[in-house]
Amino acid sequence: MSSIISISGVTKTYATGFKALKEINLDIERGEIFALLGPNGAGKTTLISIVCGIVNRSSGTVTVDGHDISRDYRAARSLIGLVPQELTIDAFETVWATVNYSRGLFGRAPNPAFVEKVLRDLSLWDKKDSKAITLSGGMKRRLMIAKALSHEPRVLFLDEPTAGVDVELRQDMWAMVRRLREDGVTIILTTHYIEEAEAMADRVGVINKGEIILVEGKAELMRKLGRKQMTLELRAPLSAIPDGLSNYALELSADGSQITYTYDNQSDRPGVASLIRDFEAAGLQFRDLDTKNSSLEEIFVNLLRQEP
Amino acid sequence: MNPRAAMNFRAVWAIYRVEMARAFRTVLQSIISPVISTSLYFVVFGSAIGSRITEIDGISYGAFIVPGLMMLSLLTQSISNASFAIYFPKFVGSIYELLSAPVSYLEIIIAYVGGAATKSIMLGLIILATAALFVPLRIEHPFWMIAFLVLTAVTFSLFGFIIGIWAKTFEQLQLVPLLIVTPLTFLGGSFYSIHMLPGIWKTVTLFNPVVYLISGFRWSFYGKADVSVGVSLGMTLVFLAVCIAIVAWIFRTGYRLRN
Repeated sequence: MSSIISISGVTKTYATGFKALKEINLDIERGEIFALLGPNGAGKTTLISIVCGIVNRSSGTVTVDGHDISRDYRAARSLIGLVPQELTIDAFETVWATVNYSRGLFGRAPNPAFVEKVLRDLSLWDKKDSKAITLSGGMKRRLMIAKALSHEPRVLFLDEPTAGVDVELRQDMWAMVRRLREDGVTIILTTHYIEEAEAMADRVGVINKGEIILVEGKAELMRKLGRKQMTLELRAPLSAIPDGLSNYALELSADGSQITYTYDNQSDRPGVASLIRDFEAAGLQFRDLDTKNSSLEEIFVNLLRQEP
Repeated sequence: MNPRAAMNFRAVWAIYRVEMARAFRTVLQSIISPVISTSLYFVVFGSAIGSRITEIDGISYGAFIVPGLMMLSLLTQSISNASFAIYFPKFVGSIYELLSAPVSYLEIIIAYVGGAATKSIMLGLIILATAALFVPLRIEHPFWMIAFLVLTAVTFSLFGFIIGIWAKTFEQLQLVPLLIVTPLTFLGGSFYSIHMLPGIWKTVTLFNPVVYLISGFRWSFYGKADVSVGVSLGMTLVFLAVCIAIVAWIFRTGYRLRN
């Protein structure tokens, strides 16, 4: 079995009656970077909180490396590191004390050399004797990551890791995530910054209104659901699209100087080559041609639109 | 950690250490201010009022109030230490780490209640030492004195832990200690013997659980008690059992922690 986290039939209904999760089934592969995408309030944080043991589920089962998160919670939880969305640290503890506290909490023997390495990797070593309250927002975020890594987890959850983070820290974080992956750590990140998922993830899951809409390899997802656009810049402006081209879904720009053809990879619509042939047959000439793949963001927005 | 280990002692130690570190960080608030207030009690009750009362049950008034003063601090400090210790991470959100760690409920309780109880026992002993500067003290039953001290500190730290989990605001956190515990302690015979009360009030007072704690504790000092020491011990154990039952329920249901 290659999946490290197995979520089956998990639901969560809050006391208010709000159904945060409806029957979630999801497997996370060992060693992958999995991005969980969804709009605010979709259930991302609730799902993570259940796997990590912070919130009780209403029904269903979750295993981490084969350990049930309720029956065998010690084994399950000791494999997981969590970096939550909010910067929640005991403000009066020093960096050194709080990271060592986290390591102890997870039952690990003290290892100053390892903790030093974690702090150095996150550019926090100079701040080791500073109290958390004196750190900048970016430094606090690094500290949260250091705490999560302090007990050498095999699975790392990053909940909205780059929300409100500057470019330098974001790049550092992405580099760190790649390094961890090379060490065999499985990484699950939630985000509503699609570019993050696009840059990092091996697989993407989309969650909306408490349901997983799809789970797909990123490349496959972009191939399957991605659309292509070809834009032709005309030599002479047109007032309308000629009848001979009515077969194609074409859009004429307002000033008549550009024609855009949108097609997807699975469609049985005529391809680009035949469009160009028909284009010339209709006596039209173009000056330039540009093609563009749709981004994960566009795919995501389309998916959410299709939802009832 | 070895997943098969029966207890995550390292976690217990980590939490306990953080709790103790906070006491030393806030040494002014945790240690010095109760010492000052105890001294003030001695000046006001011991010297000013005590000069008119002189003796109760053959004990000088100054010495008579020592066990009550210790109990007063022990109860309020145990509650405030433990309630704050668990409420604060809830308030700032850092409780996520505790809940996601491989830590059992028993370990959480041992660490937090242990930390709070240690602090209040230390405080009780500091008050005792302070009192010894003002009045001559004797402790007839040192074993029972320590037993009552520890039992009360643990019981009321558990009670504080429950309040800390229940409280949603800082106001609620203060509510129970302020409106219930302090009045009960003042009316529980800290500064007088309940035999000094007029008829009906003597009976009413017997419904105050703090009476039994103070009476038993005072017995361990001077061998004199308002109610029998067995009843005192029994009542303390009953309250401890009630607190344990509530905590067990909180953890079983995830009340205000995992919901």
